[in-house]
Amino acid sequence: MRPELSVDPIGCDGHGLCAELLPEMITLDDWGYPVLARREVPPHLVGAARRAVAACPKLALALRRDGSRTGPP
Amino acid sequence: MTTLTIPAPPARSGPDPAGPPTPPARRPGLPRLLSGPGDVAYAAHLAHWGPLPAPADLTAEVDRAGLRGRGGAGFPTARKMDAVRRAAAGRRRPVVVANGAEGEPVSAKDRVLLARDPHLVIDGMLAAAAATRADRAILCVKQGQPELIATLTRAVAERPGGDVRLEVAPVPSHYLVGEESALMNWLDRRRALPTVTPPRPAERGLGRRPTLVDNVETLANIALIARFGAPWIRQVGTADEPGSMLVTVTGGVERPGVMEVPFGTPLVEVLRRAAAGPAAAVLVGGYFGTWLSPAAAAGAELSRAGLAAVGAGLGCGAVSVLPDDVCPLVEVARVARWLAGQSAGQCGPCANGLPAIAGALDQLAAGHHRAGVEADVARWSEMTRGRGACKLPDGAVHFVQSALDVFEDHVAAHRRNGPCPSVRSRTVLPTPAWDPVR
Amino acid sequence: MTVALETPKFVWYLMRGSGFVALALLTLTVGLGVVGVNRWKTGRWPRLVTAGLHRNISLLALCFLALHVLTATLDSWVGLGWLGSVVPFVSSYRPLWVGLGVLAGDLLLAVMATSLLRRHLRHRTWRLVHWGAWAMWPLAIVHALGSGTDATAPWGLAAVLASIALVAAAAGWRLHAGPTRPTGDGAAPDALRPTTRPLIRTGAP
Repeated sequence: MRPELSVDPIGCDGHGLCAELLPEMITLDDWGYPVLARREVPPHLVGAARRAVAACPKLALALRRDGSRTGPP
Repeated sequence: MTTLTIPAPPARSGPDPAGPPTPPARRPGLPRLLSGPGDVAYAAHLAHWGPLPAPADLTAEVDRAGLRGRGGAGFPTARKMDAVRRAAAGRRRPVVVANGAEGEPVSAKDRVLLARDPHLVIDGMLAAAAATRADRAILCVKQGQPELIATLTRAVAERPGGDVRLEVAPVPSHYLVGEESALMNWLDRRRALPTVTPPRPAERGLGRRPTLVDNVETLANIALIARFGAPWIRQVGTADEPGSMLVTVTGGVERPGVMEVPFGTPLVEVLRRAAAGPAAAVLVGGYFGTWLSPAAAAGAELSRAGLAAVGAGLGCGAVSVLPDDVCPLVEVARVARWLAGQSAGQCGPCANGLPAIAGALDQLAAGHHRAGVEADVARWSEMTRGRGACKLPDGAVHFVQSALDVFEDHVAAHRRNGPCPSVRSRTVLPTPAWDPVR
Repeated sequence: MTVALETPKFVWYLMRGSGFVALALLTLTVGLGVVGVNRWKTGRWPRLVTAGLHRNISLLALCFLALHVLTATLDSWVGLGWLGSVVPFVSSYRPLWVGLGVLAGDLLLAVMATSLLRRHLRHRTWRLVHWGAWAMWPLAIVHALGSGTDATAPWGLAAVLASIALVAAAAGWRLHAGPTRPTGDGAAPDALRPTTRPLIRTGAP
């Protein structure tokens, strides 16, 4: 099962670093908040996805694999 | 613009001419939930309904009765009770929360039920507590209703002591307070902010204990099931949707109020009983609900299946009639603005998107808007939907989208000709200010 | 640990030099922190560059700080000792000024440790400790001014004044920008502000 991205909508403050690091999957809406084009991360983007998760100042982006989380607690 | 006109009902002298009170067990039809003794004292309650039995497996009976939540989500109640019982499983004892917050401005069924028959709701709370082994049951009611709160407090005090600690908790009138996680947060921390789910309250709610949150009407139904069993429930309604529901009818009607009807009742029957005037459209399901055009309303039935056929849902059973002499866009814009103000402000898409949509709707209501405004609403609706922690943005967007569908011609008329010529000063859909901070 | 013989002179110079480099790098770090929290960016300078530089320069500062502390510990004149490198005010040489430096170092360690372990902490905890950076930096400056004679020399004074100017400007910019969380703080594109937040945080009725 491919890893999946998710955004914690309450934690997210619209910093936008995720969209800078993973533009293939994340764009920003009119107010700077991330829109996920899709949740499944293809293998060639997993590295970038991990970096995007680490870069979020609010740790609002999470990468789940097989139901477990590698994002914020 | 087509109009839905309901023929005036024949004159009636009052409610069911039932004669001497028949025990509900023998009365085949309605009313049921609203058939209480009319006296809120516990003694009268016992005399009318009899004592509350303790069936061996209430959850199974609730399942057989096909009871679904009456708060708006329509989740199968037995499944929720089961989830709570399993989550508790020998560890911490669960809590039962009766949700009578009723933040929906066009719904009054919860407070009517609580005012008429508080002990039936309390019966449901105690029955659900017994079935889930809870040791605490909290009745949440909207604050700012001192008489009702006093009645409920007295009713709770009248009950003999037992294993379950009963409490009454006034809650703010904010729209989101009825949302499960926000209600938990309010009771725990006095901050009615929704949280991201999972985990749902059934797993971890109040004080991190498994919590059964049910609407007060649902709990009243549980009390009836405990007494009379699933077959009695199934005597009314449809095979797929057994039982009865409380419907609030407001708006352009001569007799607004709460009535109890079996599932599957045609919408026009409800409108007839409320003596509805000529209607431009009917809003079903409250402010998260769906607008029905006159044609759709004429054929709609009040059930999940019946309303799904016209693209709508039951929600909390609120039916609002929009009369044909007010500007629908002014009403919709006002409600959208109100919903935007009800945002908790935690999630960017909702806190930004809903006010943006409301602003655009104001422009539509004012007329002579440029074509881009409608496209903006569509884009912002897509942008806002599903991107919040709770269902407020989804519900608000659905409300707006269905309005723009039903009133499409009206929007086009506004674009060409400007606002409606006779701008009435009366408002139909209520947008109450919330209670001030205590 | 006392050293019977005097340590070589280069240790003393290395200590002072690494101290000033660490201070300069910490100054840059604080400046970049403000650039990040104020959400400044251009087309060619995205947020991730700020974030990356802030992190990497702080790590570099930590390296120079480690060198500074190590040499101070080894140096016989300072008499810091291993304990004194983390416990303030126990050195034999200028205990107050050196101690303030040790305190600054402790705060920096707290900030960096919580940042490296960010994923295992609640965001509020991390943020609270990170604010300690605004206490850490002035302590470092005071330590630089009082611990030796370098700060009174022209080059030292110039370095310290430049650092103060940069951080003062950064602090001013931070205060001017105000709360940066856009949600519910005026980012709504029209006059409606979600005023619900204070209202639903009511006390018990």
